[in-house]
Amino acid sequence: MEIRSSAKKTAKSFLQIVPMIAGVLLLVSLLTAAIPEEAYAALFTGHPVLDPLVGAAAGSVAAGNPVTSYVIGGELLRVGVSLTAVTAFIVAWVSVGLVSLPAEMEVMGRRFALARNAISFLCAVLMAVLVVLVLSGLGASP
Amino acid sequence: MNPEQKGKISPYPALFLAVVLLVYAVVFILDPDLAARSLARFAALLRQVIPALVLVFLLLFAVDLFLTPKRVAGALGREAGARGWLIATVVGVVSTGPVYLWFPLLADLRKNGMRPALAAAFLYCRSVKLPLVPLMVYYFGWLYTAVLTVFMLGFSVVVGLATERVEEWGGKKEE
Repeated sequence: MEIRSSAKKTAKSFLQIVPMIAGVLLLVSLLTAAIPEEAYAALFTGHPVLDPLVGAAAGSVAAGNPVTSYVIGGELLRVGVSLTAVTAFIVAWVSVGLVSLPAEMEVMGRRFALARNAISFLCAVLMAVLVVLVLSGLGASP
Repeated sequence: MNPEQKGKISPYPALFLAVVLLVYAVVFILDPDLAARSLARFAALLRQVIPALVLVFLLLFAVDLFLTPKRVAGALGREAGARGWLIATVVGVVSTGPVYLWFPLLADLRKNGMRPALAAAFLYCRSVKLPLVPLMVYYFGWLYTAVLTVFMLGFSVVVGLATERVEEWGGKKEE
């Protein structure tokens, strides 16, 4: 009886979440196919305050495997984008999810999802500044 | 409160999928090549996601079958203390698959007494990708990778506590 009841509840969760996951996967696929990797470099202007914010914003909208964020981040560094901006981009990529936000709001609750993503966005910028400061303090050339 | 919590099935997931399919239909009309490339990526992504999805639903089943609210509250509730943070952090770091696959399990655990801060910390710790560390070292160096990883683990507590504060702001309590 317990097994049947648990199986029913799991099946109900499955019916709820599968359309959401399929929608998120379709959106992720569309975004990664539509936005070429080199397009990210055009977003940065060299502004020391604006660039980390732009990096975090781009990382929040971007979707897909984190490997892609390392590759793009490496390329951005190579063309002269600051490490602070690149770090904000990488951290926001893995911690903020605008594409999956509708799914998160539906399943985890609106307030939780909005708060978590907004706080993670701010932390991505703050963390980027702190990481570069610590690296400078350790004598590493950012 | 979610419709699911009231015992109803929400129409929102199906509606969301319908809107996304509509976007695809528009893209297919405007740029059939982009739509085809996107669908090919979707098929590849789906193949990667299915094993993790199966794991999540097996865990959901196990949680419902074996975990009582008392047990969840003891391990991941407010009284869990440092042990709860450690569990959320370690499980968050080692968990696999896209983040959205874990939402149903976390929602289930939260209904059984998991602290919101630990749910948020779990999701944040998923930023630390152990299998991808060598690649990050290749691109950014070991010192950067080490410093960033330490910060990510530390910030998981900050994000967890801040999310819980905001969620419960104005007297809204989960329990």
